[in-house]
Amino acid sequence: MDPLNSSAAASAGSAGSGPVPARAGLQPALKRWLTSEGYGSIIVLAVLILVVFPVALDGFRLNLMGKYLTYAFVAVGLVMAWGYGGVLSLGQGVFFGLGGYCMAMFLKLEASDPISTKIQSTPGIPDFMDWNQLTALPFWWKPFHSLPFALAAVLVVPCALAFVVGFAMFKRRVGGVYFAIITQAVALILSVLIIGQQGYTGGVNGITDLRTLLGWDIRGDGAKLILYFVNAVLLLVAILCCRHIQRSKLGTLLLAMRDKEDRVRFSGYDVAMFKVFAFCVAAVLAAIGGAMFTLQVGFMSPSFVGIVPSIEMVIYAAVGGRMSLVGAVYGAVLVNLGKTWFSESFPNLWLFLMAALFIGVVMAFPNGLAGLYDSHVKPWLARRGARSAS
Amino acid sequence: MSASDILNVTLMQGFAGLSLFSVLLLMGLGLAVIFGQMGVINMAHGEFMTIGAYTIYMFSQIADNYWHGFAPAYFPLAICAAFVLAFAAGWLAEWALIRHLYRRPLDTLLATWGLSLGMQQVFRSVFGPKEVSPTLPDWLMGSWSPKPGLDIPINGLFVMSLAVLMTGGVLLALYRSRWGLRVRATVANRQMANAAGIDTRKTDRLTFAIGCGMAGVAGAAFTAIGSTGPTSGSLYIVDSFLVVTFGGAASLLGTVASAFGIAQMQSISEFFMTGSSARVVTLLTIVAVLMLRPQGLFASKVRRA
Amino acid sequence: MSHDDQNEPGMPSALRRKLLMGLAAAPALAVSGIARAQQYPTAKVNTTHLAVTDTEVTVGQLHSATGTMAISETGSIQAERLAIGEINAAGGILGRQIKIIQEDGASDWPTFAEKSKKLLENDHVAAVFGCWTSASRKAVLPIFERDNGLLYYPTFYEGLEQSKNVFYTGQEATQQILWGLNWANQTRKAKSFFLIGSDYIWPRTSNKIARKHIEQHLTGCKVVGEEYYPLGTTNFNSLINKIKIARPDCIYAIIVGGSNVAFYKQLKAAGITADKQFLLTISVTEDEVLGIGGENVAGFYSAMKYFESLDNANNKKFVAAFKAKYGPKAVIGDVTQAAYLGPWLWKAAVEKAGSFDVDKVVAASPGIELKTAPEGYVKIHPNHHLWSRTRIGQAQADGQFKVVAESPDLIEPNPFPKGYQ
Repeated sequence: MDPLNSSAAASAGSAGSGPVPARAGLQPALKRWLTSEGYGSIIVLAVLILVVFPVALDGFRLNLMGKYLTYAFVAVGLVMAWGYGGVLSLGQGVFFGLGGYCMAMFLKLEASDPISTKIQSTPGIPDFMDWNQLTALPFWWKPFHSLPFALAAVLVVPCALAFVVGFAMFKRRVGGVYFAIITQAVALILSVLIIGQQGYTGGVNGITDLRTLLGWDIRGDGAKLILYFVNAVLLLVAILCCRHIQRSKLGTLLLAMRDKEDRVRFSGYDVAMFKVFAFCVAAVLAAIGGAMFTLQVGFMSPSFVGIVPSIEMVIYAAVGGRMSLVGAVYGAVLVNLGKTWFSESFPNLWLFLMAALFIGVVMAFPNGLAGLYDSHVKPWLARRGARSAS
Repeated sequence: MSASDILNVTLMQGFAGLSLFSVLLLMGLGLAVIFGQMGVINMAHGEFMTIGAYTIYMFSQIADNYWHGFAPAYFPLAICAAFVLAFAAGWLAEWALIRHLYRRPLDTLLATWGLSLGMQQVFRSVFGPKEVSPTLPDWLMGSWSPKPGLDIPINGLFVMSLAVLMTGGVLLALYRSRWGLRVRATVANRQMANAAGIDTRKTDRLTFAIGCGMAGVAGAAFTAIGSTGPTSGSLYIVDSFLVVTFGGAASLLGTVASAFGIAQMQSISEFFMTGSSARVVTLLTIVAVLMLRPQGLFASKVRRA
Repeated sequence: MSHDDQNEPGMPSALRRKLLMGLAAAPALAVSGIARAQQYPTAKVNTTHLAVTDTEVTVGQLHSATGTMAISETGSIQAERLAIGEINAAGGILGRQIKIIQEDGASDWPTFAEKSKKLLENDHVAAVFGCWTSASRKAVLPIFERDNGLLYYPTFYEGLEQSKNVFYTGQEATQQILWGLNWANQTRKAKSFFLIGSDYIWPRTSNKIARKHIEQHLTGCKVVGEEYYPLGTTNFNSLINKIKIARPDCIYAIIVGGSNVAFYKQLKAAGITADKQFLLTISVTEDEVLGIGGENVAGFYSAMKYFESLDNANNKKFVAAFKAKYGPKAVIGDVTQAAYLGPWLWKAAVEKAGSFDVDKVVAASPGIELKTAPEGYVKIHPNHHLWSRTRIGQAQADGQFKVVAESPDLIEPNPFPKGYQ
């Protein structure tokens, strides 16, 4: 069994086969594609988030689920960077925030047209700029009037930052623990900058009260449903792309680099650029998650950019299984579900549970839920399959 | 402003810079010992400092409510108690948690983060969510005026002397004691140290506990200048990490140099611009230097395992 | 030292005893309650599908029970529960007992937004008592406006806001600042001011108003310094040196959170004490003094609308009830009292409107007076803020404030002050 492609493969493949059809050649190929290629787990996930959740959950809970799925983007990115590339970034909040802020700036400019802001001293600029006595839109805000620019910024700005930081670090062979701490320093600096420059960024309040996207009201129930599906589809596409990278030569190289960096270097490959690539992939994915978050929740705040949220995002990937893309999604959803449910019922107990989760994930199940699935559930299913076959 | 006024201000500002330097040094020293010598990142460092702070609070409550004669003298005793309590907590943490994770430094990061969350909640459950204020002895909360117009805060002097004592103590211990010898041997080559008969596990536990004890002393000292609450640790953890990272984590000299550099940069910029701008300038400088020299100021030349 | 009783907003054992006694008396009240409810049938008082039954009405409480803000918000949680308990004991609202759904914002604004959505869209509460920081209020405001909810917000804040769905039971900036500065100038002869603040919107906006007032409305006065420090700063030595150079008649301090403790301790250590330097602040209440230590802030002045030591019959009753429920060591700050006002103001508005529907309650609110307020007297202004008096209190070493001055008239709230922006 290919250890690279863990998770719900076996059940999807064998359970869905049913009575043996006459097309003998197609069915084993299908089964192989589902199980060993690992796409079975993706199909199960797709069914879950595209069909089961929208049917089973009401509007409010579905919107919450959409929020959790934006965190899943970050977790998927971390699987690529950390699980496959060996690059642990404790500052993913930076990229999540950058993507979110780019989208928020566009939406805020749209909501600050001169007519709705006529009560301000300077109509036509966002409300927080008015409170801080700015009298004109800063030049670097102006391009965000256009949606294509904002979308491009969501993708390009975090990637550029990741490239700069990664290049500087990896070219000097800084890795592992040191790199993790430096990403924390970057997260800290960005959050201090954003909070301090409240005239330009909204400060500690963030950018709030976002209403329409090109005239379409994003706050309505119908809009939230559509945004949920957009989010879910984007997530699945991202997972498929990452799976494709994993199965390619690039993916094998990343794995090799994670385990034995020097050998890969001696084989002639530029290890630094590969690590930068993995880091940039994680950054872009986190940024997409941030932008989708802004659209679904309606505001963006610097509380996502700092150290604490960045470390929490790592735990989503760790709980799901740092090697498993699909597991990362389950991890993000489960941890956030737990957070919401526990903080409703036992607010004081919640921190102890989070502590136990962090410690447990590291000590007891280092490969997360996916690892547990591989080591316990899959062999049990295989035994059951073998017993029914014989 | 007269010349003597300008002189006073320069002296006081210089003292402010030195005072910040000793605060950063106290914060970073425990962390540097643990990270530098053991490669373990202790994200719960701030919470061990808070243990020290609450120890002072408990002692001050005892002095206030039960034993008034104790009041002037309790502080030094309480600092020693802070070291002991934090040491014990560190010993326990290492035995229960850290020793399983030595080969996985990234995982110790996550595990100690979880530990810090748990400790915060313990503080909240035991002492309440509100901040508490230990009554500090009068001799600590005043200022010393060698000449009129020049006021040197005594708590600043106290923190400085504590920092000097602790740094001196650590250096002495590392280079003159048997423990220091064992630590240096383990860091240089763990397998050979084991083969030579050194119990590396015991050494690691002792080192971790000593680092935590130092954090406790720092936290106790900081009750003179800052607040005490369940989340006080988070105020200090970030600066501690920056100090250690900037200095080159495997070097104590680096920690001293980086604390000095950061403190001077911060206090000089604060004098000429607002606090927020000064902080941004300092942080950007640190990041820029780290980009050019990511190993920190004084990187040790140890072969990567 | 029973820490649990006074610090945990849940059910301390003293309360349990009282509750059992209260339960014994419940049947008598229930009878009168039922009679009242029949007078106000649910179909008439609740036409917008709120969580109202013949015997109960549900409200939400949205504060931070965990995280850094728990230090400040615990008092608000306790005060609101006290008020609701007293209302229930007196027969409830329109014959219905109030049931509380408490949510924890966890000092995280996105969590506040999420929980407010839950309270409004899932639980359909009739009113929410909550928030403390402006950031949390700004995060939940769009949700309240969209879902037409009702929020009672207790903290003194920067103004610049007026929402149909929010009632601001704390003072806004001009109420706190202008009269206090006049007092500093007239009674303390302060002519030069050094403005200090934590770096975010409330201190910056407040200092802007203060500066305009000092430079344009107080004769011969000037601002000799204005400094801001990031939230969470613990080192103020450079600032203190700058203050020493500038030698202001008055330090006007708006420092918030953990930095407050560091600032006052370092101020004292630098030899700047109340006998040598006059300091006026608008960000220190009894709650903050708990963390700072009374001896570090003794002699400095604070401008608030409420102090625990206010000498009137309403306040004596309130303080006694609060300490009976939460322990003799509990302290009551300005925000705690403002939170206490929330349920009472809501009750008055609902009874005047004869309905729980938000639109009707909002329409009935302007002009409602509360003569039983611990601060004396408040009245709801059409801009949803409160007419209130401002007082100057001098901090004492035991953690309380001695009221040294009181504004002779009620100060009108003005969240969008012309000429000060």
